[in-house]
Amino acid sequence: MYKIERQLVIDTIKAMIIEATKTLDKTIVDKLEYAFDKEVNILGKSVLAKIIENQKIAKEENIPLCQDTGVLVCFIEIGRELVFDYDLTEAINRGVSLGYTDGYLRKSIVRHPLNRINTLDNTPAVIHYDFIEGNELVIHLAPKGGGSENMSSLKMLSPADGRDGIINFVLETIKNAGGKPCPPLIVGVGIGGNFEHVAYIAKKALFRPINDQAKVLEDRLLEEELLERINKLNVGPMGLGGITTALAVKVNSAPCHIAALPVAVNLQCHSARKKEVTLVGTIA
Amino acid sequence: MELLLKTPINDSDRIALKVGDEVLITGTIYTARDAAHQNLVDSLAKSEILPFDLQGQIVYYVGPTPAKPNQAIGSCGPTSSYRMDKFSPILMAEGLKVMIGKGERSIELIEEVKKHQAVYLIAIGGIGALLSKTVKKAEVIAYPELGSEAIRKLEVINFPAIVAIDSRGNSIF
Repeated sequence: MYKIERQLVIDTIKAMIIEATKTLDKTIVDKLEYAFDKEVNILGKSVLAKIIENQKIAKEENIPLCQDTGVLVCFIEIGRELVFDYDLTEAINRGVSLGYTDGYLRKSIVRHPLNRINTLDNTPAVIHYDFIEGNELVIHLAPKGGGSENMSSLKMLSPADGRDGIINFVLETIKNAGGKPCPPLIVGVGIGGNFEHVAYIAKKALFRPINDQAKVLEDRLLEEELLERINKLNVGPMGLGGITTALAVKVNSAPCHIAALPVAVNLQCHSARKKEVTLVGTIA
Repeated sequence: MELLLKTPINDSDRIALKVGDEVLITGTIYTARDAAHQNLVDSLAKSEILPFDLQGQIVYYVGPTPAKPNQAIGSCGPTSSYRMDKFSPILMAEGLKVMIGKGERSIELIEEVKKHQAVYLIAIGGIGALLSKTVKKAEVIAYPELGSEAIRKLEVINFPAIVAIDSRGNSIF
């Protein structure tokens, strides 16, 4: 059996949050620079230039990329050989509290959707757990902005709606969202599963590396077609027109009921902040 | 080429702005987003005096990150404006003339902008680090209990924005 100290989890989460809010991954910056070179719309191109300049300033001067430092979303993979003699969720939230407070980040979480009283430390995070083989704890986290989350959408289609139904729903979601979710976007699409699972796999799609491709052929073909058609919508950077509406489309699928064809579209703004760290357990 | 605007922006300069114009604002702007708008509108409903005179003013929809000790303000990009659509006509009726946010607004809101000869500007979302460099001073003037959503009086130099709805009701979207 292996263990990972509570303090290590806290310190790691805190450091990951502070780092994630100030630096964009190079793969994302490369995509933005490629889009800048290709963009034909003058206003759209000027927006992309400022987005690229912003991430330089954020990194060099240690200022959050965006004032919306989000709700913290975590996907935690727990090695089956690990044992915990403490509450892992509590430890993660302790790290969140310290990260947002000591990191001068915005606290954007309210205790109840109707009383709107701020929790003052951005807790609680939204945490999903899964098990893996071995003695490692893999932490994936993303501070997820409210603007792109608000424009995300879910629909329970009928099996007869098929592939065209999925494509139309994704395009409609992005067209209706316009500039509000801060395009250029990364589009996470879930198909199949059930009502809650489809949203979960759509979110998980946003955690995939920006340059990977879906393993399932049907999903991969959908990714290619959707990206091409989304970029023909002329939404463009911040909705001002152009050919850069999405940087990538990620489709995740899951088995579903004979009566169902659930589709979820989870949008990620251009400030696509995320981090991954693996902690290795020591012998307990 | 950007147009240089100094606050208070006079009527003729404001009315001359056209959709798509890029502007650089220097002077005073006030911050307010969801919760502060609710408070302002609630105050007006009770005929209370507002924390600042809206006449001819600029309101920027932003909830910044906390300033570090050596900074005027933290990251401070715009939030989505559509959530303010139900409040803005009430504030425009009190004299508000310029709103800065991001994204599309309702058809009804566009009509109100036209009626009041106001303008709606957009700043680029997600570039809060860059925009923070244009803010030289920030002071909380109302609702400190709202934290990031408190109303702040900002002094800005060359704050970049784009005219998204002009005083004739033309929209960029």
